[in-house]
This record gives sequence, C-alpha cells and structure tokens, in this order.
Amino acid sequence: MSFLSIQDLTVQLKNGMPLLRQVSLDVAPGEVRALVGESGAGKSMIGKAVLGILPKAARLTGGKILLDGEDLQTLPQKARRQRIGARAALIPQDPLTALNPSRRVGPQITDRLVDILGWKRPDAEKRALELLEEVHIQSPDRVMKAYPHELSGGMRQRILIASAFAAEPKLIIADEPTTALDVTVQKQILKLIREMQQRHGTALLFVTHDLGVVSKIAQSLSVLYAGKVIEETTVENFFASPSHAYSRALLAATPKYTDPEGSLTQVPESVIAAVEAEVAAFDDQVKAGSRP
Amino acid sequence: MQIVRALLTRLITTFITLFGAAIIVFVVIRVVPGNPIAMMLPPGASEADIDRLKALYGLDKGIFEQFVIWISNVVQGDFGTSITLRQPVYDLVIGRLPATLELSVMALLIAVFIGGAAALTATLYRGSKVEGGIDVAGGIALSLPDFLWGLALILLFGVLWPLFHISGRISPSLGFEFTSHFYLFEALARFRFDVVLDLMGHMLMPALALAIPLAAIILQLLKQSLKECMHDDYITLARTKGYAESSIILRDALPNAILPTLTLIGVQFTFLIGGTVIIERLFSYEGLGNMAIDAVINRDLPLIQGIVLVFALLFTMVNLVVDMAYAALNPRLRHA
Amino acid sequence: MRDARGHIRRLPGLRLWLSGGWLTFLVLAAVFAPLISPHDPLAQDLFAGRLPPFFEQGADPAYLLGTDSLGRDVLSRMLYGARLALIVALVAGTLTCLIGATLGLIAGYYRGWADLVISRFIDIWMAFPPVLFAILLIAVLGTGLMSVIIAIVVIDWTRFARVVRAEAMGQGAMDYVASAQVAGRTRFGTALTEILPNVLPTIVALLTLEMGIAVIVEAILSFVNLSISTDQPTWGGMIAEGRTSIYQAWWVLVFPLFALFLTVLSFSQLGEGLKDHFDPVLR
Repeated sequence: MSFLSIQDLTVQLKNGMPLLRQVSLDVAPGEVRALVGESGAGKSMIGKAVLGILPKAARLTGGKILLDGEDLQTLPQKARRQRIGARAALIPQDPLTALNPSRRVGPQITDRLVDILGWKRPDAEKRALELLEEVHIQSPDRVMKAYPHELSGGMRQRILIASAFAAEPKLIIADEPTTALDVTVQKQILKLIREMQQRHGTALLFVTHDLGVVSKIAQSLSVLYAGKVIEETTVENFFASPSHAYSRALLAATPKYTDPEGSLTQVPESVIAAVEAEVAAFDDQVKAGSRP
Repeated sequence: MQIVRALLTRLITTFITLFGAAIIVFVVIRVVPGNPIAMMLPPGASEADIDRLKALYGLDKGIFEQFVIWISNVVQGDFGTSITLRQPVYDLVIGRLPATLELSVMALLIAVFIGGAAALTATLYRGSKVEGGIDVAGGIALSLPDFLWGLALILLFGVLWPLFHISGRISPSLGFEFTSHFYLFEALARFRFDVVLDLMGHMLMPALALAIPLAAIILQLLKQSLKECMHDDYITLARTKGYAESSIILRDALPNAILPTLTLIGVQFTFLIGGTVIIERLFSYEGLGNMAIDAVINRDLPLIQGIVLVFALLFTMVNLVVDMAYAALNPRLRHA
Repeated sequence: MRDARGHIRRLPGLRLWLSGGWLTFLVLAAVFAPLISPHDPLAQDLFAGRLPPFFEQGADPAYLLGTDSLGRDVLSRMLYGARLALIVALVAGTLTCLIGATLGLIAGYYRGWADLVISRFIDIWMAFPPVLFAILLIAVLGTGLMSVIIAIVVIDWTRFARVVRAEAMGQGAMDYVASAQVAGRTRFGTALTEILPNVLPTIVALLTLEMGIAVIVEAILSFVNLSISTDQPTWGGMIAEGRTSIYQAWWVLVFPLFALFLTVLSFSQLGEGLKDHFDPVLR
C-alpha cells in the first residue's frame, strides 16, 4: 500500500484557471518518485498541495490526498497541519532563505520534535546532533549554536536535510533542492539526499526540471505538462523508451548529465501543439461532464 | 572593533547635541528680547534688588563668561534656585521627574501592547474585515494628537461614563506616606495594591492619551514588516512542520519583523515624553511638564532652564540607549 | 518618474472629498463670520450664562450652541475662532514648510558641511519637547498672533527638513540627476529643476499635515493661556475654559473640541490622500 496517494487532485486559481488538472499519483514506502516538467507545469504545486502550503491565490477544488491512508482534506486546518508535520517533511529549494535568520540552527532542527511530537528537549538535541553528523557536518555542537548567516549555502542545505529527517517522516518532499546551489555542491547534496533516503527508508517525492538528476535518484517518475500528468512510468522504462511524444522531446532536449554544458535543443513546436491539444481536449471532457 | 568605533562616534554626537541644546537654552533665555532679571523679579523691584540678582547669576559679566559660569554650574548639577518655589531647582526636578517617567513608561507599555496586539491580530486575519477595521481605527488614531485624545478621554471616561480619575496623581484621602518619588514603583514593591490601583486609576487616562497615536504608529509599521515576513520561505517551512499560524507569527515572523519597530519606538518615545508636557497639564498630573508650564507662566528662569535641560538629557539618553539596543539586538550586526 | 506619476491619476477617494468638504465649509464660515455670527463673540450676558444648546432642556433658541459661563455665544465664538485657526494654519504651515524644506533640500542635495550643520541642528531640536519649546518661546516673545506663528515655525521646521533631506539624498543619487549635471547644468539648477519636482508630492502632503499641527499647537498655546490674547476667541481658549466647567456646561468644551477634531483629522487625511494621489509608488 502506498504511503502517499493523490487521487484526481485539482487546484485552481481563484479566477478558475487550473494549476493542476486531476493529478493522480502514488508513492510507496521507500520509493523515490520524481516529478518532472518545465517551470509552470505544476510540479511544485503538487508538493505544496500535499504539505498544505498552497499560495493564497490558489485553492484545492477537487480530489483527495491520502497520507498514510488518511484523507487530509477531511481534517480541520490545525489538525491537518499537525498530521502533516508529524508524517511528512519538506526539503526546500533555497537554503539561504529557508532558515529563520533570527534563530539559532539547533532549535530550528529540534522545534518540530519538541513542539509537535512532544519530545523532551535533551532527547531532541541529542537527536539533532546525531543527524548533523549523519549529514557530514563537522563539529555539530558548534553549528547547533550558530546563526544561519554564519554558514555557507551548502551547510544550510545539509541542516535543512537533517531537519527534514529529524522526525523520521515516512514522506519527504524535495522541491528542487539543488537548483539554488553551486554546481559542485549540487552533486554532494544530491548524493546526501539519496544516502539519507536509503538509510531511513523514506518515501521521497523529488521535484525537478533536470532529467539528469532523475536518473541518479528516482525509481519512478511522473511527467507534467500544464498541470496534467501526461506520462507515469518507471525511470528505467522512461529512459529506454518514453511513450509520450512530449516526454521523448523533453528527453531529447535535456543535455546529458555528464555534459551539462551541452547544447540545449528545444522541444519542437509541433510536440507542444499536440500536448496543448491534449490538455484542451481534457478540459472539454471535464466541462462536458464525461469526467468527474 | 567596528562596534567600538561606532559607539564612540555615537557618544561624541550625543555630547555635541547636548552641548548644542545647552547653548540654545542659554541663548533663548538670555539673548533674545526680554531682560531675564526683569523676567525673574516681581514688578516694582528696586534697582538694588536687580543689581544683587545680576551679580548672583553673574549677569554683570560678559556673555561668554556668563555661559562658562552657567555651564560649569549645570554640569555639577547646580541649576540654581527656583524663584517662585524658593527651593533648589535640582531638588524640584528630581522630585517631579519620577512622576513623568512613570507616566511615560506606562504610556509606552500601553502603546506597545495595543499597537503590537493590533498588528499581530491584523496579520493573523490578513485580508479579512478584521484587518480592514483595524486599519481604519489606526488611521484615525494616528491623525489626531495626544492633546485631542486626552480631551476625548476626559469627556468619555471622566464625564459621560465616569470610570477613571481625570485629575491628579493620587487620591489625597489615601493618606499613604511615600519614601520615594516613584509612587507606583514603591507601592508595587510594598505590596500595597490598593495604592497601586488608585495610582493606576489616575494614570490610565493620561497614559492612554499619550499611547493612542504611538500605538497607531506601531500598528502600521509592525503590520507592514510582519506581512513582508509572512512571504518568507522559513515561514512556509514552519507551516510544513505543523505549527499553527498564530504561533508562526509570534515565533518566526515577529522576531524578524520587530527591529524597525523597535528603532521607531525609541525615536517615538522621546516624542511621547514631549507630549507629557501638555497631557500632564490637561490632567493636572503633578509631573515635570506641568511644573514646566507653571515655571514659564511665572517666569521662573532657573526652573525653566533646569527642566528644559533635564528633558534634553533624557531625550538624548533615550536615543543613545535605543541605538545601542539596536546594535545589541541585531544578530547580523553583532556578528559583522 | 514624473511622467509615470502623471499617468496614474485616480479619482480622489472619499476621504479627500470629506476632508476637503469640511475644510471648505470652515473657510467659508471663517470668511463670513461677521455676517453669519448670530452674536458678538465677545458680548457677555451674565443673565444668560451657561445656557445649554438648542436640543437640551432650558435652551434659548437665540443661542444655538449655548453660552459659556460669561454668557457669550458658543457658536459665534467658534466661528471667529475658526478665523484664527485658519490664519495660523495657512501662515505658520506655509512658512514652516518653506524654511524647513529649503534647509532640508540644501542639506540633502549639497551634503558636505551644510548637511553637517543642519543635521546637527535637527538633532539638537529633537532634544526638546516641542510643546515646552513653543511655550518658552511665547514667554520670551510675548503673546500675540506673530509670536504664535514664529513659535510654530521655530519648533516644527525640522519635520520638513528631516523628510525632505532624506528624499533629496535619495533623489540626488539617481541617474537622471547625474545626467542632468553631465549635460552641463549647474548644481543649483539641477536642484531646482530635477530634485524639487520629485520631492514636491511629499512636501505637499507634509504641508497639509503641518497645517493641522499648527492648529493644534495654537490650541495648546491657547489652552495654557499663552496664545493670541485673552479677549480674542480661540478654540483652544474655549476648550481650556470648557475643561474647568466640564461638569456644569459640557457644551463649552464639546463643540469647539469637535470642530478641532474634524479640522485636524481633515488636514491629515487630506495630506494622506494627496500623497496617494500624487504618488501611488510611495504607498
């Protein structure tokens, strides 16, 4: 049974413009699923919907999000937040802004354990120290007492990873966790996330626009276009023979991971037109009522 | 090192400001039209009286020499003797200053409480009618000065709905003997809560009048800073951790949003103390400002000088403390 | 930047209309006070002392808003008081604005020693409680309209100087100012043609605000009996008198206070509204 199950999730702007179109996907315990697509395809929006942090202008208008078999939408807001906080965690995109500048690092790792899960403070601190060692931070007790601005971007991302794993969540959502980092640091962080995920057996929803990264970390993936899942498959199958024309074009347009400077071919316009038509046909079906 | 140099520069400018303030006081009272001796003496004083007084205050000497004598006395805490009250100005000022300080601090606390609570509430309910209502109330509170709020409070809670005292500092009928001039502080320390209650009942209306405009300023600035903070990534992360919106605002947004407000409160606190002059008058509260107005009306030159200089000292010290607190509170500045 | 402002013209909001309306009404009342006042504002009638306003028991319809303890007509005194309040607002407000803005412009644009001196003076001024400063000045200068105006200018020029200095410093650092100078304009010419128009919206908003403050300062000075002279009706004077007889004749306090409330509120809302109107970027 999957730990995260999203069924026909629809998210719209307040003016009715759809951001996600009946998205369904499952993440099994221990599975790493990548969400790929161009910017604006809605891949981050899925993570935000699961974590209950949709932007103010957006609203969840249909579908279900089951976390460990429980429908989150049926819970009142406060309980929903606590439930999410206890079972899932976020590795954010930009480590430079995701740590509170006016608080020391230590409490930012332990706070969820103490405040949401009711741990005793010394236990939580011990746990934080272990985690910092796990993410290969030298002299963790010094780092615990540091303010974020005293640390490098890579260090801060390691801290955020440690913080995400602190409560042993069953699901972690990583929202382009390496895009804001230097190329050299990117590889280390990616390796670290993979290592941590395997050691803790956590399910991971990995949002990225970089197919090269997908091959390194994920077992399965969902390709999104205009808020719609257009292909869902295993990584093996995808790289061997993508079934959708758009996926093929996307794969062709991606520079090889070994050669990131390689020339970037564009997705051909004919493919874009075809996938746009597909999305439009889907919208018509929804309007006509042949789809729920 | 940097911080030491900044501190030193700040101390020097503070000194220059104080010295400049002393010169202004000296000039306004002695050089601008109106013979200070004539101002000091009752009408019909004899020539001999005038000469004696001139010698006493060194007014028969040159203006520069006068200033040197005057400033060296002032530095030693010798402000002369009050003409009307026939007591050393220093004693009079020290006797009244605590009343003004208690009133000012009380007003500041009320302003911070009301303004802060309003800003936090408006942030929690941002985009709703609650925020709109708070904005309108804040706009009106800001548009009218403490003097008008004082009068409005007198009408409302003194006449229409007489709940609080609108005159004086303490009920004489209480018969409580104080050993210090800090009445409220002393009553608290001696656990005389009946006296505390009476003092508060007198202080509340003038303090509220002083607090309302400042509360509105705190509301506006703090709300704006909070709203900006609420878009930050660490706020979003805190939401995913399971925290409720109210505790996120208090724990994550407030510490990052408060610094501009704290600086502003510091500057505005001197304005608030300045407001005590007329508010004390309005509520017959026996503080420094009320005494200052009496001193001006009675042309009590040494007393005027003393009070104005004490205010100037107080203001510059408040500004100095605020700047230092700002440096101490800002972790980024501290570790720079 | 000026062009951008020109394009974004919005209808003045409700508060502009309301505050503008009250102030227009006030100006008309002040101008025509001698014609519309039902009584001589100074005429005492000891037999008609403390008459309540028309809607209370025992009122005399000849005294619409009642009389004070000396039997003087409250309405007439308010109308004449409006004259004084408006004169002070206009003259003191404008003078304060001219002097303060000029000093602020000099300090903010020329920088150097001029800025050093002016900033130091601003600091020193900030060390005095303004009300006490004003009272002291009146004591030195003697009571009278001129003294009140001078006192307001002397205590409040820093309000303009501070804001205009900061704005001029910001504007002076902008590209178009540099390009104007490269184009061979004199520094003074640049200050006048490039900086001044850009700080003008702020100055206008502050000016209306200052007019409200001038009205308040005059009222405060009247309240402590140090304003114009005791035989001229002022709102502050009426309020001071009303304060002492608040339990016997509330109307002596309430009506002038209400007028003062509306006037100060209108001036400040007018300033805020004008600021929005001229410069949506600022808000």
